[in-house]
Parts: sequence; C-alpha cells; structure tokens
Amino acid sequence: MTTTIIWTIVAVTLLGLLLAVVLFLVAKKFKVEEDPRIDEVEKVMPGANCGGCGFAGCRAFAQACVNAPNLDNNFCPVGGNEVMKKVAAVLGMEVKEKAPMVAVVRCNGTCENRPKTNVYDGYRSCKVMAALYTGDTGCAYGCLGCGDCVAACQFGAISMDPETGLPVVDEEKCTGCGACAKACPKKVIELRNKGPKGRRVFVSCVNMEKGAAARKACKVACIGCGKCEKECPFGAITVEHNVAYIDFNKCKLCRKCVVVCPTGAIHDVNFPTPAPKPKPAAAPAKPAEPKAEAAAAPVSKPAPAKTEPAKPENKEE
Amino acid sequence: MKKTFSIGGVHPDDSKIAAGSKIEVLPLPKTVYISMIQHLGAPAKAVVAPGDRVRTGQVIGEPTGFISAYVHSSVTGTVKSVGLRKDLNGIPVVHVEIEVEPDEWMDGIDTTDTLVTDIPEDRQFILDRIKNNGVVGLGGATFPTHVKLCPPPDKKAECLILNGAECEPYLTSDYRIMLEKSEQIVVGAAIMKKVLGVSRAVIGIEENKPEAIAKMTETVSRLQSSAKGYDGIEVMTLKKKYPQGGEKQLIDAVMHRQVKSMGLPIDVGAVVQNVATSLAVYDAVQKNMPLISNTLTVTGNCLPADRQKNYMFRIGYPLSYIAEYNGGVPEAAAKIVSGGPMMGKAISNLDAATQKGSSSLLYLTEEQTARKSESNCIRCGKCAEACPMGLEPFLLNKLARNGMLEELEQNAVQDCIECGCCLYSCPANIPLLDMIRVAKGEVIRAMRARTAPKK
Repeated sequence: MTTTIIWTIVAVTLLGLLLAVVLFLVAKKFKVEEDPRIDEVEKVMPGANCGGCGFAGCRAFAQACVNAPNLDNNFCPVGGNEVMKKVAAVLGMEVKEKAPMVAVVRCNGTCENRPKTNVYDGYRSCKVMAALYTGDTGCAYGCLGCGDCVAACQFGAISMDPETGLPVVDEEKCTGCGACAKACPKKVIELRNKGPKGRRVFVSCVNMEKGAAARKACKVACIGCGKCEKECPFGAITVEHNVAYIDFNKCKLCRKCVVVCPTGAIHDVNFPTPAPKPKPAAAPAKPAEPKAEAAAAPVSKPAPAKTEPAKPENKEE
Repeated sequence: MKKTFSIGGVHPDDSKIAAGSKIEVLPLPKTVYISMIQHLGAPAKAVVAPGDRVRTGQVIGEPTGFISAYVHSSVTGTVKSVGLRKDLNGIPVVHVEIEVEPDEWMDGIDTTDTLVTDIPEDRQFILDRIKNNGVVGLGGATFPTHVKLCPPPDKKAECLILNGAECEPYLTSDYRIMLEKSEQIVVGAAIMKKVLGVSRAVIGIEENKPEAIAKMTETVSRLQSSAKGYDGIEVMTLKKKYPQGGEKQLIDAVMHRQVKSMGLPIDVGAVVQNVATSLAVYDAVQKNMPLISNTLTVTGNCLPADRQKNYMFRIGYPLSYIAEYNGGVPEAAAKIVSGGPMMGKAISNLDAATQKGSSSLLYLTEEQTARKSESNCIRCGKCAEACPMGLEPFLLNKLARNGMLEELEQNAVQDCIECGCCLYSCPANIPLLDMIRVAKGEVIRAMRARTAPKK
C-alpha cells in the first residue's frame, strides 16, 4: 500500500518535471517577440477599453502607438492630453496638444417646441424607430428620444431629461469617446471642441428641410436664413442644405450669431452672462469678459416658448 | 392533396371582411400628388415643370437607372409644383402636384373594355410596352417588371408562377380582380409566359378563395379552347397558410424547389408575378395603358359593414381623400396600416399619396394593435418553428441586441423575409422582428461593402 503511494508520487513528480522541461524549451524556442514598450504604454492608458480611439481596446491602441512613426493620428479621447503626454514619454516621441472634446446634442426639439404628430408604440430604440419611419414628430431629422445614446455611454455621462425628452450630456463625465455619436441613427450628437472653460457656441438643429417646413415642425429649428453666416466676422458659419453649421476651429465665441438667430437655434453654453444684446450699437459687441468665478454652469436652455399642448393629429404607429 | 410550403408558417384569422364588395371606381380628386419613387431601385426624374399641361397617361418621370421605372400622369391637368412632399413614412420625396381637370387621354391608349386575347408575336415589342408603361410588381416590392422578365442569359426560366395567394389577412383586392378581371389576368399570364419562353404557368390561389379558384379555372379553360397561346396555364389550389404569398414560399409550394440563401427565384427556374401585375401587363401590352391605377381595400373590424370597400384608385390620390370618400376615419381606429396587418406599415402621414403598389387602408383598433409588455425568452422555440425561412429568430434577436454582425451573418439573418411570423407566435411578446429587421439591414450593407470592390 505505502509503496504504491510512493511510486505514484515519484512517477507523477518525474512526469511533471519532464513536462516542465519540455514546456520551458518550447517556450524558449517559439517565443513571440513583443515590444516591451507595448506593456509600458498599456500601463499608462486609462483602461476603459471603450474603443473611442478607433482601436479594439487599450492594448490594441498601445500596439498601434508603438508601431506608428508618430503620434499624430493616434489619440486617446478618454485620457486626453495628459495620457498622450505619458505615452509620448514612454515612446520618446513628440505629441501635439489636442483640444478636449465633448458630446453635443444638436436638437432642441422638446415636446413644447416640436409637437408630436403621431404616437410611436414600437420597440423603444432609436435604431429600430429610424428604420421604420421618420419619427413621431413633424421633424424628420431631430432626436427620436428613445435613448440609444444613453445605452451606448460607458461613463454614465448621458441621461434622458424626462421633461424635454432629449438627452443631456454631463460635461464632467463625458470623455469625448464618441460612442453616443456613433449610436445616434440621426447623427444628432456631434463631438465638438469643449472650448475654454467649457464655453462653446453651436447650432442646436440638424433639420435640412426648407425654412417654412422646418419651422412648422419645430419652433426652434434652424431655418437656414443665413443671418448668422453674414454676421460671423470669422467665417466660421456655413449654411448648407438649409441648416447652419459652426466650425468650432474657427469660432472665436463672440456670440454675434446667437443674437441674430431669429429662432434661437444657436446656443451658447457656460457663458457667465447672456449674449450681448445691443446689435445696432456701433461698438462691436465684445465677447463678455470671463469672470473669475466662471463656474461651469449646466447647459443653458433658451426660454421655452409658450405653446398650446401638443395635439396628436394622426393616430398612427 | 393541396400544396403549401414545407417549413414554418402561421395561421392568422383571415378576416377577409371586404371580400364581398365589388370594385368601385373612385372619382377624381381636385389635386393629385404623384411620387417619383413608386418602384424599387433608382428614383425617377421628373420631366415636367410647374405650369405644364399634362394629359392622362403622359410620362412625367423618367427612369434613372437599370432598375428604375417610368412614372405617368394619372390625370389631365396643370402641373402646380414639383417638389418635396412627405410620403407614407414621413420621408420627403419629390412629388409632382397636378391640378385635376376632366380626363383627356394620351393618343394611342385604348380605354375601351374590349378584351384583346391575341398575344403579340414580337417579344421585344412586349417588353418595350411593359417598360414604357411603367409596370412594376404589385405584390408589394414594386420591382420593375421588365427587369424581372429578362433573366440573365445563363439562367433559364422553367415556370411562371402567378401569385394569387393573398395570404395577408384583411386584404381582398387581388381576390376581387381575380373575380372581376379574370380574363385580363390570364391574358397577362400568357403574355409573360411568351416573353419568358416557358411552357408552364401556374396560378396559385389559397383554398379560402373558392370562388376565385372556380372563376380562374373556368376562364383558363375557356381561353385555352378559344385562342392560341394559352396552353400550359393551370390554376393550383394551395393550402391556407401565411406567408404563402412570399416569393420563395410560393416556389416551394408550387415547384417543391428551394431558393438558396441570397439566391433569386430564377436560380431554380422560377419567375413569380402577382396577379395584379399580370393585370397591369395586360393593360400595358394589349391596351398600351400605363400603370396609373390599382385596386385598394379599405377595411378593418371597426369599420361598418357597408363601408368595407375595394376601390379602384389612380396613383397620386391622397390617402386622406380616399378615407374621407369612404366616410372618414372611424373613431375606434388607433392605427391605420398600409398593406396587411402582418407586413404592412403603419401610416404616420395620412396626407401621403397613393402609389402604384398601394394595397390597403386598414383600420386597427387599440385592442388589436397595442403591444403587450415584453417578458423573458423561455426558449420554447415557437419562433423557430414558425419561421418560413428556417431561421432561429430567438438567437438572431440576442445577437442583434449585442451587435454581433459576423454571427448574425453566419446565422443567415440576411435571409429574413420580414414576414412577422416570429413576432406573431412569440408568447413572451418579444419584438423579434424589430430587432432582426435592423440587423438584417446592417448585415446586408456590410456584405455589399465587402463584395463591391471585387467587381
């Protein structure tokens, strides 16, 4: 009995040792050469594995950085400039500073501004809804309000406002990974420059219909009148397909466009004071001087227009 | 033994309430709006301008690609505008707005009722007439008929199948034309048979339409004995099962052949046309009449019996006009559907205009249409049993929700015909089709993107 146990132990130990040696030799012989810098770069990554950089996770991004001749095309939106500096330090490369980005919802079609024309009773998903028809309002371009963007956000930075039915981005939490922009079938969400102290100006509408039709569907739609385009001293605004677009690289935040917009479709956020009103005055309206305590205010909403309760005209879907 | 397709299928209550109502011709409205997208493929290009006077049957839209079709004016009058107008789904599409005057037909169009049974000898002449008169498939997909009738040279058609199944509940327009215009349909079948060069043509009709079967059988034998070119046409009685009218299901039922994944009916030697298309082919070839009218059913349980109607409409009539002529939208209607209850689409815009392929205005009540709350999948497999394409909807639903495109493709989501049998049979009320439809679109797009550069 005892000898059997001893023999078993000896045999198994010997077998184990033999296999260990074989494994060691095989591992030596077939070792995959991997750049040790990949591990190092991965260590400084945020580890969100969100895919916002365009690669499949942080390790794939690290690999791409190591293999790339420079870091111009690679950027981690979650880690931002800080992480990129660290990556550059590991690899001994130069990195250009990139302005931080934030997701911007370019639709202000609240229930008040944009009355419902029919009732959607299908599966609550923007993707499904967009595949079926243009939506439950008169606007074929705006937010559908089923919250695909909320589901796509890994950082809990988007939530639906139950009152307006529109998604709201929490600027503190938003990393600018762009997952929401990809999830939005209507391309309402755009990644825009966060701007100094979070201040930015954007057109909160993507309706490409002609002015009258757009206005009929939504009170705060961009009607493509072109007033802002004429007003902008920096040539940052272009009106194409009946809708204005502000190039955030050219915009100097003077907010002249905000004042002239007849429908209030151009929004300015995080400014301490409202946009300067006096337009006819000869003195060029200067951008309001940033006050010291410019605490990041939540996204400012334009005064809601008075409206009668939305009447469903047709009763379908 | 009555025939049917081999796998899947469901048996919804057929509710053919409007079956007894004779086809009525709708009077002309004041204004018509004719869409430039009335067919599958490239949109037609409007060739009239505001202020132009058009006559009934005049070409107002020209095809812009190989798969595209002519659009004709359905009325006489003055063009008021050419511009965007919302269609059934609210999507802006170019429409030609015409102010209606009394009819003045284009020259060369035979508007008499005389039946022409002699089939033209020249194949090209027939095809040109079909093409120039803008005939498209009226079974639902509105695929240009002249393209379907010209199979590629390496494929050979063996059998023409006329689809008279009308398996969708409520719809009765095909049934009515089979009763009232049976001769024209049979002549149309003989014309298509001639073009395809096939010896056999089968008119498949479901067993719940015995009058149509009797009438069509009688018409076929009468024409066979009185004129040439009608040999080989037969009427086949099919078992009642949804979706019998699906192209691939009908081929399976009639010929016992299965079309392979992503294949076309012509791969197994079949060409399927709807009976309404056959009627349009007759009009186009024998009468030189463009496709400007079709039959539409106005029905629903909440509609009084005397308002259950089958109307002959012309393209461009606003749906609201038809609903009003019928006596207005019933109060109990919670949803208006264009097409049948299984595959039709809810109408979000009643001002939209009728198109070549419009088939119904179906009023559904809140009770009939309300979605029941979704619960968990218990893997009962009812959806897989019901799927006529042999797919596993419960699996596809899971994969679609997780965005697993490769696995979706391996599990043949692209073969889904969107018949809705899975959704109909699911005891947990899971919106299977909604998810699968979106996934199918994505997969097909990915497949096209992959094969495109190779060509």
